[in-house]
Amino acid sequence: MSIDIQTARRVAKLARIAVPEADLPELAKEFSAMLGFIEQLNEVDVEGIEPMTSVTRQRLKRRTDVVTDGGQPVEILANAPDAREGFFAVPKVVE
Amino acid sequence: MSDLSKMKISEARDALKKGDVTSVELTQACLSEIEKAGALNAFVHKSPELAMDMARAADANKDGGDMNGIPLGIKDLFCTKGVPSQAASGILAGFKPEYESTVTSQLFAGGAVMLGKLNMDEFAMGSSNETSVYGNAVNPWKRGNDKAELTPGGSSGGSASAVAADLCLAATGTDTGGSIRQPAAFVGITGIKPTYGRVSRWGIVAFASSLDQAGPMTKDVRDAAIMLRAMSGHDPKDSTSADLAVPDFEAALTGDIRGKVIGIPKEYRMDGMSGEIEKLWADGTAMLKDAGAEIRDITLPHTKYALPAYYVIAPAEASSNLARYDGVRFGHRAKLDAGDGITEMYEKTRAEGFGSEVKRRVMIGTYVLSAGFYDAYYNRARKVRALIKRDFENVFADGIDAILTPATPSAAFGLGEMADADPVQMYLNDVFTVTVNLAGLPGIAVPAGLDRNGLPLGLQLIGRPWEEGDLLNTAYSLERAAQFVAKPNRWW
Repeated sequence: MSIDIQTARRVAKLARIAVPEADLPELAKEFSAMLGFIEQLNEVDVEGIEPMTSVTRQRLKRRTDVVTDGGQPVEILANAPDAREGFFAVPKVVE
Repeated sequence: MSDLSKMKISEARDALKKGDVTSVELTQACLSEIEKAGALNAFVHKSPELAMDMARAADANKDGGDMNGIPLGIKDLFCTKGVPSQAASGILAGFKPEYESTVTSQLFAGGAVMLGKLNMDEFAMGSSNETSVYGNAVNPWKRGNDKAELTPGGSSGGSASAVAADLCLAATGTDTGGSIRQPAAFVGITGIKPTYGRVSRWGIVAFASSLDQAGPMTKDVRDAAIMLRAMSGHDPKDSTSADLAVPDFEAALTGDIRGKVIGIPKEYRMDGMSGEIEKLWADGTAMLKDAGAEIRDITLPHTKYALPAYYVIAPAEASSNLARYDGVRFGHRAKLDAGDGITEMYEKTRAEGFGSEVKRRVMIGTYVLSAGFYDAYYNRARKVRALIKRDFENVFADGIDAILTPATPSAAFGLGEMADADPVQMYLNDVFTVTVNLAGLPGIAVPAGLDRNGLPLGLQLIGRPWEEGDLLNTAYSLERAAQFVAKPNRWW
């Protein structure tokens, strides 16, 4: 399947990665090459096969629904690009 | 005495116990080698002061275990408290974790010494260490007298280069599609990816969570057994870590493989396989046979579809895992223009912070998970993955104990040589290793010979789930027969 420029633009938007308009044709070409490779999977008969959910025979473990960690706002904020008054700071989200 | 950094873990352990050497001496020797090896670009964040503190503490501890006092390199993918951990990505520039990964916690609790952080492909996405924000790691090996710099493989390229060049006694690696085994093969060292769930993933920067496993990269099989034991074990903080006892893997190394059944999968005999790789494989087969193993031809019919399935599943998981890099909680945030809102902040931050291979994979992953394509790509890939796993279950049920294959389709290639190639050409590096991640099995690369240019070549053994001890023993037998002792000529 060939990916057009519009699809490339949409995927970049969904992935929240800014791609300059001039780079979209090359990106669409790369996507098309990758998908061409992936499409070999269509040759496989997967009738009646369940999609794998876990590679080992193990159910995800459950634990009691209690607080196990917390109370360390300083550590949590230590690596933030912008933290103010105990909060992560971001550009204005609502008017 | 600079030869101290050449020691194996087992040798250093015994010498430390006898009092013939101290951890401070070992650590100083490694730090001095690291200082001289800038040209390899293997260590990207050095922590000499921390290392000396850890070494002194290890020397003070008279009841230390196997890893007590052993100087290690740590792949940059592991979060290490207070030491930069950025997965070789610009988006994590300046990130210093407030916590320690479970693997490094266990190693350090056992007295191991951290020399610093090792180069790698960005977010472990690559097979040549050329996607790193730190620049290429360089292979200590060269093609005869040719000056060209070669790749140490990837993604654990810095780990491979550092161990092969004796900058440390051993290193941690991680393996999502071959990222321990391919670089190990490219530099002539040993690397094992354990069974999925054997080693905790907590505190390791996630790439594809259903495929990622950490493991040791070492100078021989015994060291791999010792260090794997120290890294393994159940961790309540990783819900996929297995609640199983960790055996003494070193005790499994008897070298006796009489009666073991070794499978040779015909699908791994690829079109255009080089004569050298074919001969290496045949030689390895003969060695195991001479050691008393039974050799049996087997079939793993879905092998051909492993790479395409991987390049749906791994990018899909990556697109989800890497969504956390949004410029809010850690790492890089783009400078914003007047009027930019939060969406522009995300888009600009991610465009600036991620390299091109990471962007490519995140977007492919986004595409295969998007509405309308989820079934056609993602679900189909998961079904094919189930079939690939079933192929292995079938041969193990038929009595196969281990499977022997080449580790890589070629020896190490030159840095930059693949620059103009289609990304898919680079992905073919993992053709022999990626099936093992998809099936969650343990796999080990062992150096087994040299090519016509004098570069190392490796063989891979694949084992039954949770039977790393048995797998390591088969690898030990192969190692003893192959007698690989070559070392790179020092040029750095």
